[in-house]
Amino acid sequence: MTRASFILRGALATGAVYGATAVAPFVSQALAATGGGDAEILNFALTLEYLESDFYTVKGKQVGLSGQAKSYATLFGAEEEAHVSALTAAIKQLGGTPVAKPTFVFPTTNESSFLALASVLENTGVGAYNGAGPSLKSKAVLASAGSIVQTEARHAAAIDLLIGQSPTPNQGFDRPLTKAEVLAKAGPLIKA
Amino acid sequence: MSNPPSEQSAPQPAGIVERLVRDDVDRKRFLRMAGSAGAASFGAFVLAACGSSSKTASTPATTAAVSTTSSSGAGGDLAILNYALTLEYLETEFYGKVVASGFFTGKVGSLIKDFGSQEMTHVEALKGAVEKLGGTPAAKPEGKFPITSATQVAMLAYTVENLGASAYLGQAPYIQNAEVLASALAIHSVEARHAATLGTLVKKSVTPDGAFAVPADMSTVLAAVKPFLA
Repeated sequence: MTRASFILRGALATGAVYGATAVAPFVSQALAATGGGDAEILNFALTLEYLESDFYTVKGKQVGLSGQAKSYATLFGAEEEAHVSALTAAIKQLGGTPVAKPTFVFPTTNESSFLALASVLENTGVGAYNGAGPSLKSKAVLASAGSIVQTEARHAAAIDLLIGQSPTPNQGFDRPLTKAEVLAKAGPLIKA
Repeated sequence: MSNPPSEQSAPQPAGIVERLVRDDVDRKRFLRMAGSAGAASFGAFVLAACGSSSKTASTPATTAAVSTTSSSGAGGDLAILNYALTLEYLETEFYGKVVASGFFTGKVGSLIKDFGSQEMTHVEALKGAVEKLGGTPAAKPEGKFPITSATQVAMLAYTVENLGASAYLGQAPYIQNAEVLASALAIHSVEARHAATLGTLVKKSVTPDGAFAVPADMSTVLAAVKPFLA
């Protein structure tokens, strides 16, 4: 046993919270998440990806970013666009009809407010995918959603570090979000 | 094409993954049971959709979506959980040694401590999940990690976290129990956050796989961790 003392302290602190019932709080969240079939769930995800993609590629340019913020917006914007393409194709493959790209309105006017909103969007995206994951019927779709959510989590951490926030806002376990919780964050940004 | 997990090979009582690394017969049996995840499990549609624009498309996994007909019970999930538990034990021990090394102070040191604590909570959660499913948690393996300099350790941590994230991603489609899946997803994205954070520290990409993170199968991961088992 060569654990550092912080781990022992951590174990004492978390022992009451985790352990045998550790999974319970997440599950009730996740399972209550999104109803509907896989295509419907993916259309919800597609809306979020459209939102993120538009935010980085269009709003990012309008705001006028510099340095690391600009680099991230360029890189992450391209990756969100790839998610849009993948989800569109997946929905068609499932026999569904991909939603049209909505019009968005982003209340940011400078780099600082842009990055603050980026953090909200990315962290909401992580919670949305994690919440929907257990509801997906197709294991292939689940594998792809997992691949995407890992990227969203990486974006979230990078943005949070850049603005001096914790890269792990939910500590050891990212909290899955329900559809209603996601809409509360993203809904006001969707104009039509 | 991967085989769905089967009932025939119940998980070993303890220390399973540690043994698997050394015991080729057991390992093959285990891998057959848990399914050969990784590249083959990746949704074909993503490969189709992203074309040659991402690294994902260059993986040899142009085939085979995951089987949706798998109907194994808790046996497969227990094996996956004990596999994850073994990896989390190693990560926890690694961070403990990194913290003890004193190479990192200030803001970075604080992040490293946080990550170590979070890995420890993963260990506790996974042990709890194994017990909840009626299984026996894997024994803690004894690790050995080269700790020589801040730069080397940070790079190793980046590698380890990327491996951990890809390991969870590789198993997700094989998890049968929705509660277990929800928990694995909750952990998976945290490993991704760790990996990205360390990426900024060592000035490597925060998204080394591009838009689509690439899963790793169990044999790849076990081979990669083997040097870190004492």
